[in-house]
Amino acid sequence: MTAAGTEAAVIAGPVDGATPRPRARRLPRPAQLGLVPFGAYVVLFLVVPTVLAVATGFFDKAGRFTLDNLSALADPVVLDTFWNSTWLSLMTAAVGALAGALVCYALLGVPAHHPTRSVIDALAGVLAQFGGVMLAFVFIAAMGRSSLLNVWLSGMGINLYAGGNWLYELPGLIPPYIYFQIPLMVITFGPALDSLKPQWAEANLTLGGNRWTFWTRIGLPVLAPSFAASYLLLFANSFSAYATAAVLASQGSQIVPLQIRAALTSETVLGRENLAGALALGMIAVMAVVMTGYALIQRRAERWRR
Amino acid sequence: MRRASFHPHPATRVVIGILVGSFVLLPLLATLEFTLRDGDAHSFVHWAAIFDPAKAATYKPIWVGLTNSVMLMLVTVAVVLLLLAPTMILVNLRFPRLRRSMEFVALLPISIPAIVLVVGLTPIYLVIGHTLGTGAWTLAFAYGITVLPFAYRSIQAAIDAVNLATLAEAARSLGASWPTVVWRVLAPNLRGGLLAASLIAVAVVLGEYTIASLLNRQNLQTALVLVNRQDAYVSVIFSLLALLLCFLLLLIIGRTGNLGAARGKER
Repeated sequence: MTAAGTEAAVIAGPVDGATPRPRARRLPRPAQLGLVPFGAYVVLFLVVPTVLAVATGFFDKAGRFTLDNLSALADPVVLDTFWNSTWLSLMTAAVGALAGALVCYALLGVPAHHPTRSVIDALAGVLAQFGGVMLAFVFIAAMGRSSLLNVWLSGMGINLYAGGNWLYELPGLIPPYIYFQIPLMVITFGPALDSLKPQWAEANLTLGGNRWTFWTRIGLPVLAPSFAASYLLLFANSFSAYATAAVLASQGSQIVPLQIRAALTSETVLGRENLAGALALGMIAVMAVVMTGYALIQRRAERWRR
Repeated sequence: MRRASFHPHPATRVVIGILVGSFVLLPLLATLEFTLRDGDAHSFVHWAAIFDPAKAATYKPIWVGLTNSVMLMLVTVAVVLLLLAPTMILVNLRFPRLRRSMEFVALLPISIPAIVLVVGLTPIYLVIGHTLGTGAWTLAFAYGITVLPFAYRSIQAAIDAVNLATLAEAARSLGASWPTVVWRVLAPNLRGGLLAASLIAVAVVLGEYTIASLLNRQNLQTALVLVNRQDAYVSVIFSLLALLLCFLLLLIIGRTGNLGAARGKER
């Protein structure tokens, strides 16, 4: 599947990789001054915070350069939280990607301005991007000890919480995370499925193919890069999510964002200062790898969307 | 579009719709049921309690948070409309070579988790606290960054749909000044994208928790978490209402976008 995708992409030829280089002009014109306010804003609230977040990991309380905080990234406790974050993201992204792709498939052929699509798009947008705290409340109300679900299940003799109050611990993050991964998949993967052309299906039919050969020889190979890119985006999404976990797991630091919270709110974690900076650096490193992969695969996937 | 052979069978659509739809909708319905509980029966008693004077003291943080959030929405929308949009117009008209860099910068916040941004924003907001005060509205500067990818996409889509350069040149050759060009010629042509960007900014600010809670400022979400410890019902009710409002905002964006597209086809 992947090999066929690569081959097809090679046949499609190289894309223009040249990036336009902004060249300095001799004299600043008034129009260039117009770029200053936004530039200053981005530097002050995006560039400086990012650099500060990463740089504080390299300095101790007295402002001296140190690699001591960085060595915290090799601490077993920190490694454990990074591993927790990673498997939680890998798993919820996988479930979300598959279920979301099914929804995209079910929507194939529904016109763009059909009300069903508008409603699903809006719902997906809310749940994927703006849920946060609210999703934690929804899952406490829907699955918690006093929920209808728990009452019904215990009526049938099934004790949802036999293994302890897991909803407020690491396993409790799985249902809400899947809950916001599925809609994100619908948003990111939908356009790729819509780019499948009816002509390809017709060509498949005239060449004697059927529905099975369409998907195995054309559909899936064409969609594979988009699916992989969407999967990486979903991974990044749950890896960086904070609000839902902060409310559900109000104590403890089972995943990296919660460990950053602990490092920010109490002075020392693991007996180190400025651990938040080191953790932020670790997170940025993971995100950079994942998002670079996303950009590269996405560029390949776009070749089919002309 | 004609039904292509790879389109799913209607029965397949229904099965997938029921399976995934129930996973998405049942928790929301269960949450609604939770807010309607009244002992062993159901009633609107918890919804009515929102305006109960006896509970006003408990619920006060929510109203404070909501007021702060509304103010944050206004300032964030101002950042989008008065800072981002004019810069994007300028880049597209006069510095097309910078378009790629602009896109890179605007989409960068997707790759930087809010929790990481907070680590770096903490020292900056210490300085802001000394100069501009510790008012909640100052958070809007940070929210402008989190909104950036969404707002950029909406506005850029609108810019790509019209011929900005021709419009500007036509207006200029008729003697319009640059402010007139932007305000009376370009902005009306981009209003769909500007509206979408503003509504998305509203939705982002309404649901934001990470930055506000860790910088110790009060907005709607931090208030909901605070009040939840005393009264779970009211924070769940406000969560449902906020989700509903976000849903409606996005629905409006989607429908107006489709209307715009439909109008474009008629021409």
